[in-house]
Amino acid sequence: MPQPVITARNLTKKYGDFTAVDGIDFDVAPGESFGLLGPNGAGKSTTMRMVGAVSTRTAGDLEILGLDPNDHGPDIRSQLGVVPQQDNLDQELRVRDNLLVYGRYFGLPRSVIAERADALLEFAQLADRTKAKVDDLSGGMKRRLTIARALINEPRILLLDEPTTGLDPQARHILWDRLFRLKEQGTTLVLTTHYMDEAEQLCDRLVVVDKGRIMAEGSPAALIREYSSKEVLEVRFGSDRNAEAAERLQGIGERLEVLPDRILVYSGNGEAELERITQLGLHPITSLVRRSSLEDVFLRLTGRSLIE
Amino acid sequence: MTAPSSTTSAPLTRQRSALYAGNTGAVIRRGLLATRSTNYLVVLSGFFEPVFYLLSLGIGFGALVGSVQTSTGQEVPYAAFIAPALLAVSAMNGAVYDSTWNVFFKLNYSKLYQGMLTTSLGPLDVALGEIFLALLRGAMYAVGFMVVMQLFGLNLAWTALLALPAVLLITFGFASLGMAITSYMKTFQQIEWVTFIMLPMFLFSATFYPISVYPEPIQWLIQALPLWHGVELVRGLTTGALSGMMLVHVGYYLVMIAIGIVFTTNRLRALFLK
Repeated sequence: MPQPVITARNLTKKYGDFTAVDGIDFDVAPGESFGLLGPNGAGKSTTMRMVGAVSTRTAGDLEILGLDPNDHGPDIRSQLGVVPQQDNLDQELRVRDNLLVYGRYFGLPRSVIAERADALLEFAQLADRTKAKVDDLSGGMKRRLTIARALINEPRILLLDEPTTGLDPQARHILWDRLFRLKEQGTTLVLTTHYMDEAEQLCDRLVVVDKGRIMAEGSPAALIREYSSKEVLEVRFGSDRNAEAAERLQGIGERLEVLPDRILVYSGNGEAELERITQLGLHPITSLVRRSSLEDVFLRLTGRSLIE
Repeated sequence: MTAPSSTTSAPLTRQRSALYAGNTGAVIRRGLLATRSTNYLVVLSGFFEPVFYLLSLGIGFGALVGSVQTSTGQEVPYAAFIAPALLAVSAMNGAVYDSTWNVFFKLNYSKLYQGMLTTSLGPLDVALGEIFLALLRGAMYAVGFMVVMQLFGLNLAWTALLALPAVLLITFGFASLGMAITSYMKTFQQIEWVTFIMLPMFLFSATFYPISVYPEPIQWLIQALPLWHGVELVRGLTTGALSGMMLVHVGYYLVMIAIGIVFTTNRLRALFLK
């Protein structure tokens, strides 16, 4: 692995008695797209704020671009692009002015900013909305403008905290496409998400976090290989009969996961398992065979769903 | 591990303080652009408020009062007595409005400062920039009101020119302290308390009559509050009654400014860089 751009060792953040981040280790390589996957409250945003040099760690070591954020906050921040969980665009300024003014915060020369702003508006597919008020933009447009704004200083690392939360499916796909282009151009992306499809689409490598700790690390495919089976059979018997059916299903598939409303059968061949269930004289109301996803990995690791 | 200096741009070559990036100008420019595009009407209304007070109380009510004695023993027409006080009050109101309501909104709702502090700006850049904008507003009010005073013949001495920097000092003091107080506030209701304190301070700080009408303990209380110092300072300058006390008034505001900046900067750092 080349010299990492982010190195965290035993990174810890406590707020009073509450431990938000509990001694995590990770490295991010230049050009890599790295994800933190976990449910709300797992400590993802807190980790992002420490990496963004706007939150001081309680313990452990952290290096961003070879610098310690405790001593070099402004130097680090000048080379980061930050897309926060909640849009904090300047509502009193128009679309293009948002980029121009933000560029000035980095002390960049006016002509450089103007040139970059036009290119970024093009990239964010907002070139026809330059004079619009921020309030008049759709949720997806606001997110794209926030991303464009985060790129005005040509950051070496782009931090994205829940980049598509709250967007409709179409807006999410447009955003993913833009982020994928950045990745292709070699921008280092660090993102948090609680959407497994987002993690699978965008991340080269990710850590699964829960309650401030790292549960597993790897590429999406490797994680699925390691912690889940190739296929999953989902069967529903109705909530009354669910527990009873689960008893009788013991021994079927590699592993069973009993959820309140359905039973997941992990197996290399879902259809074959369904046949065995039918042979037992059980007739599920609905059944579905699908590929394993990061959701299954998370369920295996924590016993809980990502989105509750 | 070596710093990746080969590909970094110029900013990395000099180490910057975590507090101050020397880029207050960017915050000021943002403020001017925002004012230009949205809320200049609010700015305009702040100018007329003291003018209405002057017309109603100074000219109208003043006809009944005749002349009043200032703290230095000088007899002046009633309008000339209250006009400098209204000037100081307008400076205070402009600064407090900017540093409470506006700053509170930017802190808690628009997340403006949060965004600024994820860039290379430091908390001192933000604090100074916002205070400067309040100063600029105060200066505009002051110049406008001074012109009105001149038209009504209420500037009694050439030292009235010095009232302009004096008003800036007052604005600076209130903006700086106001911002510090606002940074500790959690709800809009708490800002109402500020308004609740400001009204009696406006009415009782020797604004409309000499402080000598009060019994001595009340006089001390009034003299401990900031507005009285502002009123006395500006009144001395517009009526031409200079005294050594003016240095005390100036000193009072310098301390107020310093306290405000220290608290605001520390608080912004605690809120956003913790």
